[in-house]
Amino acid sequence: MRNPTVGKSLKLTSVSGRSILKRIDWLSVFIYFALVFIGWINIYSSTFIDEQSSIFDIGTRYGKQLFFIGVSLVSIVIILALEVNFYERFSSIFYLLSMVSLLGLFVFGKTIAGATSWYDLGFFNLQPSELAKVATALALAKYLSDIQTDIKRRKDQFYALLIILVPAILIIPQPDPGSALVFFAMIFVIFREGLPLYYLVILLSLILIFVITLMFGTVWLIIGLALMIILLFTLKRKSLKIPVIPLSLISAAIILFSLSVNFVFNNVFEQRHRDRFGLWLRLEKDPKKLEQIRKSIGYNTYQSEKAIESGGFFGKGFLEGTRTKGDFVPEQDTDYIFSTVGEEWGFIGTATVIILFTVLFLRLISLAERQKNAFARMYGYGVISILLIHYFINIGMVIGILPTIGIPLPFFSYGGSGLLFFTILLFIFLRLDTNRLKESF
Amino acid sequence: MRKILLSLIIVVIAITFLGRLSYLQIFSFSAEQVLEDPAIKAIYDYPERGYIYDRNGHLLVGNDPAYDVMVIPREVKPLDTLEFCGLLGIDKEKFIEKLKKARVYSPRLPSVLVPQLSKQDYAKLQEKMRKYKGFYIQKRSLRYYDTPSAANVLGYISEVNEGDLAVNKYYVQGELKGRTGVERYYEDLLRGRKGVQYIQKDRFNRDIGPYKNGALDTLPEQGKQISITIDKTLQEYGELLMNGKRGGIVAIEPATGEILSMISGPTYDPALLVGRERSKNYTKLYNDTIANPTWDRSIHAQQPPGSPFKTLNALIALQEGVLDENTTIQCYHGFYVGKKKRGCHCGGGLRNLNKGISQSCNAYFAGAFRKIYEKFETTDEGMDVWEKHMRSFGLGDYLGYDLPFGQKGRIPSKEYYDKWYGDNRWSSSYIISNSIGQGEILATPVQLANMTAAIANRGHYFTPHILKKIEGKDITEPKFTEAKHTTIDPKHFEPVVQGMADVYVSGTARWLQIPGIEVAGKTGTAENFTKIDGVRTQLTDHSVFVAFAPVDDPKIAIAVYIENGYFGSRYAGHIATLMIEKYLKGEITLKTLEKRMLEKTLEAEYAKPYSGEEFKINERVW
Repeated sequence: MRNPTVGKSLKLTSVSGRSILKRIDWLSVFIYFALVFIGWINIYSSTFIDEQSSIFDIGTRYGKQLFFIGVSLVSIVIILALEVNFYERFSSIFYLLSMVSLLGLFVFGKTIAGATSWYDLGFFNLQPSELAKVATALALAKYLSDIQTDIKRRKDQFYALLIILVPAILIIPQPDPGSALVFFAMIFVIFREGLPLYYLVILLSLILIFVITLMFGTVWLIIGLALMIILLFTLKRKSLKIPVIPLSLISAAIILFSLSVNFVFNNVFEQRHRDRFGLWLRLEKDPKKLEQIRKSIGYNTYQSEKAIESGGFFGKGFLEGTRTKGDFVPEQDTDYIFSTVGEEWGFIGTATVIILFTVLFLRLISLAERQKNAFARMYGYGVISILLIHYFINIGMVIGILPTIGIPLPFFSYGGSGLLFFTILLFIFLRLDTNRLKESF
Repeated sequence: MRKILLSLIIVVIAITFLGRLSYLQIFSFSAEQVLEDPAIKAIYDYPERGYIYDRNGHLLVGNDPAYDVMVIPREVKPLDTLEFCGLLGIDKEKFIEKLKKARVYSPRLPSVLVPQLSKQDYAKLQEKMRKYKGFYIQKRSLRYYDTPSAANVLGYISEVNEGDLAVNKYYVQGELKGRTGVERYYEDLLRGRKGVQYIQKDRFNRDIGPYKNGALDTLPEQGKQISITIDKTLQEYGELLMNGKRGGIVAIEPATGEILSMISGPTYDPALLVGRERSKNYTKLYNDTIANPTWDRSIHAQQPPGSPFKTLNALIALQEGVLDENTTIQCYHGFYVGKKKRGCHCGGGLRNLNKGISQSCNAYFAGAFRKIYEKFETTDEGMDVWEKHMRSFGLGDYLGYDLPFGQKGRIPSKEYYDKWYGDNRWSSSYIISNSIGQGEILATPVQLANMTAAIANRGHYFTPHILKKIEGKDITEPKFTEAKHTTIDPKHFEPVVQGMADVYVSGTARWLQIPGIEVAGKTGTAENFTKIDGVRTQLTDHSVFVAFAPVDDPKIAIAVYIENGYFGSRYAGHIATLMIEKYLKGEITLKTLEKRMLEKTLEAEYAKPYSGEEFKINERVW
């Protein structure tokens, strides 16, 4: 990484503080660099064409990504150099600015591949939804850590949810449902801070009913429900009274929801959405038709699964991935970058990446939990939620256990805004962590 | 609880991911994936298919270059369509339609625009080809037949189908494979082994270099040149004689078991199943279910052998010692089974072995047959002995010749009759028809020829076979070079051979004598029936003839079976005699016989059962 810009900025840090470098969590920093490095290697491999030259060639995808790694390094230096209470103090303003930038897309946005998600800044395209992730995490932490906020109160629950919902609602019409989904992950933050458990139970139940309805149909759902109620009545202790009215209300709600799932699935969803779910839940029973779907709508997933499978245990080796070279997996340097890891580095490579991410997440949780300052802790959880949902949905999609939802793999996928804002997101937290011993800023 | 929930989720996700990845990368992974990989394309280098020669080194099957005009639609530039169509020999509408079809198939991949140009068209076109961008000529190799005959022996090749692909991993879609005959049986020899070159492709199917720098590539292995035992001249002559007749001819060299000719009538020109008209011709041949030209009668047609079978019954009787050559049996212009009389055309009187064979006396052989069974206490024992002797001549089972198909024929066993009549409820009188080769006995022409060869060799035969040489070297396969001995002692053959020789001198085929060659033969006239509108109807007898010559040093043993040809000495006897003369002398002196065979057909006879009218059988034809 002998980027001249980086060299100059490093000198700048040494002024502001040795102590930061001493106190920063080097394990997280190390994993961050490891992931960025592995990511770049795989972008290099999936976009490499024999006749091309220098890795610094800005005309190539890997050259461009290398440039953004440099920019990210600069941003790390700046983040670490800034006053630690800067982030908390200005979080509301960041949030407002990012919402304005999301709104601005409706007027000035640039459309790429059908989604108006970018600002054209000449040398690169800025994706404000990436900025919004950082700003929302900050704003949510700020709101929840406020001395006057009590998450047990309905009103405060509502406001906290509103902070998450506003950017999501602004992003959906771009359309970019994948990115919008990411914001919902921040419910974890509120949950960690005391959101009643039943919110989570309701959410999970809804997902469960959705899946059961699609897989088995409403009729079987009702039969199952009836069986469970009968079981409840036969097995209960005599002394126990069952609240009949709430039970029947809940049952009615479940059936109603199931029916509405059917309605939405058949009338609101488009065929491609239906096919994606059909593929994911293996709804199509005819193996020939299933194969058909796999090769058309499920083409990406099919190719990526095959590429990963063909890697075997040891992989085919760096630049030896035949399917990668042949460009068979679409979007391979962005959303499907993990399939390159699978093909060229085999199970060893994929397991390494999974373990690195897992260690990073667990480390970040322990960092968050050791914060004395509530804002830092909540922001930490925000960071973990955002990174985790990206990681979960992206790899889940690439290895074929989740439906196709196009969001990038943090630190890995090609894309300037993505890498920059994931870096900023993480390093703001690491910067806050360097200050953990002080009660307040 | 709230604190550890997220950690728990993270760990569960990690375990799920690692589980799924180990399923994909460790359990589902197989090393053979290289061949399924869409990114790796195998390009094959096909060796030329081996040539087939006859026993004397005359070419039977070779290869002919064919030129396909190919097109890659994406690369086509505007062109002078009219001139180009003129060169290709097709009209403009057809040209445009074909181009459109090719584009629909794939704009990037080559399609065949005009298949199999002639050499002349190719020569004209080649000079001007560079003017037409996006078109090129691809050379292919087609089978070329240097004979209009032997289609049944040589077989044909055609594209592999789904079934072949499932059975044999060697083949890929679009490759050719022997379907019948020698082309099928010796497919591995003739085909050679294709070379392969693995090319790395991108998703647009463009080459991006060799895979692993060609480490897995192989060179092609040439197909072998083979010689077969067929005598081209004899084969072609036999097919001429078969003109308008249905049946089979098989000639064998007794000293080696080599099949000199193997003819099935009607047949077809093997060249019909090559080239542009292939599928049209094939459908036509295949759909002719009455004459059935694709059905090789020489190995498939199981028919009652008729009187030639008497020679074997004579041998068994001699071997079992139930009679000698002087034993006589009275013929009453027939014989009695119980009170029922069965006829005989031999003229009647006291018959011995020699007269029995040469005059083809039914009564004599019915008597001999009874004597064989009377020797044993029970019919079962007699049956077992009789069956053992019969089977030792290669009857009632696959002979083991090197052709892909065949039929077993039938030599009935005691179990067969037990099923029919019940255990111990039958005796030799029930099966007396077997004595004269009718009854339950069935044999194919190749089995009859082999039986004749065994008699010519006085007690042994070599498994009939088609392959003679591979790359100029004689075959050494023990299956074909070791003699199979019959259960009859050689000394018993002489009287029978003498009887057969007398068939030509004073017997049923005395007017077929070949000047200067002593021939031993046996006529046969086999009754046969068919069903017309559900009614069992007798048709004109089949004409059967077996012979070998010269008697003292047999060079050729032959069996001729002509469906509905009436007396054995007529069609079958004529053809067998002519074939023998042709083979031994190289020319024909029996011009009258030859002329008759070349001219007379049995088409009228074959049309009778389909005429819907009453018809006469066994009419006098000359």
